[in-house]
Amino acid sequence: MAGGAASGGSAATDTYKEARNWLLLPSWVYLGAFVLVPVIMMLIYSFLTKEFRGGVVWEFSTAAYDQFFFDRGLFGDEPARIEWTYITIFWRSIWQAGAATLLALAIGFPTAYFIATRPEQARPMWVFLITIPYWVNLLIRTVSMKFMLRDSGPLNDFLIGTGLINDPISIINTNFAVQLGLFYSYLPFMVLPIYASVERYNFSLSEAAADLYASKWVTLRRVLLPAVKPGVIAGCILVFVPSMGSFLAPDLLGGAKNFMIGSLIEEQFKGNAGNWPFGAAASMVLLSMVLIVLMIFARQQAKAEKEAS
Amino acid sequence: MSESRKTAIDVRGAVKRYGDFTALKTISLSIYDNEFFTLLGPSGCGKTTLLRMIAGFEDVTEGAIFLYGDPIADLPPNKRPVNTVFQNYALFPQMTILDNVAFGLEMRGQPKSQARKAAGEMLELVQLSQFAARKPSQLSGGQQQRVALARALAPKPKVLLLDEPLSALDLKLRKAMQLELKHLQRETGITFIFVTHDQEEALTMSDRIAVMSAGELQQLGEARDIYERPRNMFVADFIGETNLLEVSVDAINAGRATCHLGGGHELSCNAVEGVNVGAKVHMSVRPERLFMSEGPTDSEGLKGTVRENIFVGTDISTLIDLDDGPKFIVRTSNSDRGNKRIFEPGNEVYVNMEMEAARLLID
Repeated sequence: MAGGAASGGSAATDTYKEARNWLLLPSWVYLGAFVLVPVIMMLIYSFLTKEFRGGVVWEFSTAAYDQFFFDRGLFGDEPARIEWTYITIFWRSIWQAGAATLLALAIGFPTAYFIATRPEQARPMWVFLITIPYWVNLLIRTVSMKFMLRDSGPLNDFLIGTGLINDPISIINTNFAVQLGLFYSYLPFMVLPIYASVERYNFSLSEAAADLYASKWVTLRRVLLPAVKPGVIAGCILVFVPSMGSFLAPDLLGGAKNFMIGSLIEEQFKGNAGNWPFGAAASMVLLSMVLIVLMIFARQQAKAEKEAS
Repeated sequence: MSESRKTAIDVRGAVKRYGDFTALKTISLSIYDNEFFTLLGPSGCGKTTLLRMIAGFEDVTEGAIFLYGDPIADLPPNKRPVNTVFQNYALFPQMTILDNVAFGLEMRGQPKSQARKAAGEMLELVQLSQFAARKPSQLSGGQQQRVALARALAPKPKVLLLDEPLSALDLKLRKAMQLELKHLQRETGITFIFVTHDQEEALTMSDRIAVMSAGELQQLGEARDIYERPRNMFVADFIGETNLLEVSVDAINAGRATCHLGGGHELSCNAVEGVNVGAKVHMSVRPERLFMSEGPTDSEGLKGTVRENIFVGTDISTLIDLDDGPKFIVRTSNSDRGNKRIFEPGNEVYVNMEMEAARLLID
């Protein structure tokens, strides 16, 4: 990479390396204190025994994981069967987050393309406009969404007003409401990385494709998309990951049926009714899933980059 | 070149405006079949705009463009049987060299295998077969240039458009590519429209040149014609090195104009349509068409003093102050210097020329 230290043990190089290590120290401290330590704590807690009124007893136990994956009957004395309750919640979370990500991509990509193709002086203004709604707290935005979507809310009023529908559509308390909520919560995380890569895109590639008889659709699919793929992947990860663990949108917009993993975890740490080790175990499962997905992406990226150079 | 040749591109009254700014002011010109045609001018003269209008990347504000008789001004670029070699090459970075070259053929509906086979042959033509499986970033600038050329030629366009394709290459490579382009044009028989700001490049490569400036066509003609008989100040000054002299036309007799310049010096040259007796105009004399002598010769010598000699490789440029008159540059080839006296700074000298060497300019 550019700017890397030259090999060899000259005094200048050593000084450079030492300086570099000192300058990196704050990042290491930060990552250690706010990423590594909490994850280790969570890992430890997930293997402890639950205390009756929240909290933990310092005694090793795999009960939390056992509860997550296996059903041993009401009294815990039956042969273990797979426990589908939590796996279903987990699966629903993946599905909901995936749908929200696709929705964000469908809206975010054209938006990012639009901003990146404005005159250079106008682009910061458009980016600014995109971020304005996100100055408002997520909770307030999600509650507003609830009012927007309800049967007698502005959306249904509008649709009835235009004569498109006669009776309000029930959106609230459906999977779709959750997807809309998640999509709206994380849309800028989709728009901004894609905008950054489209802005760097060499538009004469699109001209070259058109010059070589490609239609607009083929140009998009075979020339533009491959070139901005890193931005698209980054956007998808940035929307998918927080959507997976989100609990505000499913709680407020989805109702009791559309429980997601984030809500499950949240509940384990609320008040006296919770189960800390179980919450920690569910978090660990979520974290591992996300890490696996990210690693697959990273490996593919590395492979693609290796091919390109 | 006979005027009865088939016309490949016919630009009729094409105008390009961006809001209030007029980039191209009513251009009309015809480009012949199988011709190496160059649009030459400084940056901002509208040459690239005109090329992009032919390619379809810019729409035509007014006027029409015909390709072998068919109007194309309203067609999108992917419906025009013309291909472009871009200034920055614009190779698709994630595709292999072979896929880049095959792209246009595939888009024209050829099956993938057939397109790839044809692309392979095209790569052979530009001597890059061994790089077929590589990505563009693994190639040098000159190699990328040849890939861009192969990619644009592969679908056998009716006209090939080249937008300053050599400007990013170093001088030596550029010279080699100039010859290669010229050969390719002859071999393929495809009409080439070449855009450049480099007048030397234009003279080397073109059958005909359109010199443009400030959105207007200044002169159109064969390379030699443009160089030897520039129409106006801009063309004389932009193409090659020249002596631009302010003269007054004293008399015109049987196609011969007698003019005088400052200090009582007199000169004769061919009359030009549009320049009348009494006019104060400019005259262009190419430095290599002048020669120096110790005394006056049969032709009208202009007396002056040598100020400086500048060695420029193949030639020596001699700067001369005419007595009470303008400065002159005289270029003497180093190859026949043996027969000629070398004049040193301070020497008195007479500057001589053939009548055809001087050219009156209309503005």
